[in-house]
Amino acid sequence: MIFTLAFRNLFHDRIRLAVTLIGILFSIVLVAVQLGLYFGASRMITANIDRAKGDLWITAFGAKSYEDGGMLLTQRERHQALATPGVDRVIPLVVSFAEWRKPGGGSSRVVVVGADAEDGGLEPWNLVSGTWENVKAPEGIAIDQSYFGELGIDGLGATAQIGQGRVRVRALTNGIRSFTQSPYAFMPLSRARSLLGADSERATFYLVQLAPGADAGAVRQALLQRLESAEVLTKAEFRDRSLKQWLFRTGAGIALIGGALLGILVGTVIVAQTLYSSTKDHLNEFATLRALGSSSSYIHKVILTQAGLSAVIGYMLGMAIAILIVAASQGSALPIVMTPQLAFGLFALTLSMCAISALSAIVKVTKIDPATVFSR
Amino acid sequence: MTSTPVLIARNIVKELGEGAAKIVALKGVDITLVPGELTLLMGPSGSGKTTLLSILGCILSPTSGTIEVAGTSTTGLGPEELAELRRRHLGFIFQSYNLFPTLSALENVRIALDVRGDSGYPAAARAEEVLREVGLANRMRNYPGNLSGGEQQRVAVARAIATSPSIVLADEPTAALDSENGHAVMALLSRIAREQNRSVLAVTHDPRTLGYADRVIKIEDGLIVGEDRRPQGLDAPEITDLTKRRKAHA
Repeated sequence: MIFTLAFRNLFHDRIRLAVTLIGILFSIVLVAVQLGLYFGASRMITANIDRAKGDLWITAFGAKSYEDGGMLLTQRERHQALATPGVDRVIPLVVSFAEWRKPGGGSSRVVVVGADAEDGGLEPWNLVSGTWENVKAPEGIAIDQSYFGELGIDGLGATAQIGQGRVRVRALTNGIRSFTQSPYAFMPLSRARSLLGADSERATFYLVQLAPGADAGAVRQALLQRLESAEVLTKAEFRDRSLKQWLFRTGAGIALIGGALLGILVGTVIVAQTLYSSTKDHLNEFATLRALGSSSSYIHKVILTQAGLSAVIGYMLGMAIAILIVAASQGSALPIVMTPQLAFGLFALTLSMCAISALSAIVKVTKIDPATVFSR
Repeated sequence: MTSTPVLIARNIVKELGEGAAKIVALKGVDITLVPGELTLLMGPSGSGKTTLLSILGCILSPTSGTIEVAGTSTTGLGPEELAELRRRHLGFIFQSYNLFPTLSALENVRIALDVRGDSGYPAAARAEEVLREVGLANRMRNYPGNLSGGEQQRVAVARAIATSPSIVLADEPTAALDSENGHAVMALLSRIAREQNRSVLAVTHDPRTLGYADRVIKIEDGLIVGEDRRPQGLDAPEITDLTKRRKAHA
């Protein structure tokens, strides 16, 4: 009967129900889009780090992010790392912003990613045209097919200039987008050094692969003792550092999280207001229930069930719209991400939001004087 | 009367308001209810009838005095314990029925059972049974808005007796009804008292109800000022006016 009463109370006033559902829907869509953008941005920022096969990252001291690591490491650090017990391989990576001169005039910026796939550290993924062998061919690079317009090219085979040399697009990836909006240009290590004017000993990062059975913590300590001017980070630490740089030092992440919080706040206030007003309208019935001997918890359950029903219906409507927005954003500069975990999290958030919203109604109903049933 | 009382109230005092606005609504009321009797509590407006009914129904607490419901003293009980006492031993009938407009007649009765934790098929069967008892076998699926005043009050009666309470308290049960429905509801309450051996107390100022009473208690200015009891062995329909009878005896 609790469900029946809650359901009937909820659907008794269709206009108020519509207002409640619109409130929840608006909140869900806003939070889904904001968090989806946040996770989409996070995924972009850490995509290369996540893809790289390394247990530890050696970076120049104070490297701020994957794109902003400088090119300060030398062969000296590599040899010191290779001499450390527990280290199996030390793979150099060159990563740096560079100027891209468009074939038709004008310029843009790209992030040069130089790594040899044969080293087993990092190589372009999601290739939709061409292979790594094509990239290794003279002047070869791989870029993402979504950046043709930005780079001023029309597809595979196009040529342009990066830094001091000519490049030719010999492979295309799909979905490797850059949060900085400077596309990644994947190429062999030596070509990257050459285009950037760096000598053949320089690297931005060293990816450390451990020998089987080696203890990552112990190896890291040993590396730190040997490498005076470098940092040794775990993959998780380097991800966090990159996220902090791009999402929080730039304020982008704060804006996204702020938007999500605003969505939660607006949703909570709207649901609280409509639940409170519904409870107030049904106060006489709740007083009758109390006079009939119902416990406080019975009445609270009716209100919470009303809130739960609103949450479930509002969530379904909100998610339907959010999924359409997510689908529409996939070709944009910042695709919105929707994962099962985020969808589940949003559901839990909606339930919590509605439960919190029910508090004002519960406080109201707790103050009911059952004696009022005799005065009507 | 040899029956064991189901409700005993002793020296009930109730003060309402505070300071200069304070009034003493009840000034030391004693009342005992026994099973099998329909008792009427009559008095003018402001005499304390409804306040006394609220206190006997464990909805209001007295300022002083003691109440025992089915052998349990209410002294010191908190709101949840009083609610427990209400759902176990008391049934209520209200002047304006207080039915849930969004629930059908059957659901209105079922909710009283649900509040007690009785649910599922047995509860549905019990709700149907009491609705049949009050003559609403064909109106169970109707919503209050589609029922007449008399039918609504009969749903309220069914709701009150569904939980098999030992005491049924009714607040002006005929006030909103026409003569025919008023008599029907009073006959129903009388039958519930006699055939189901419950104690029924009805607050009323409706003279049409006198003929159904086993006992009439008069209250004025917060005090019980008189009590009439129907002579043993006399059936309810034969009693038309206890006041006249009393005058005749005098």
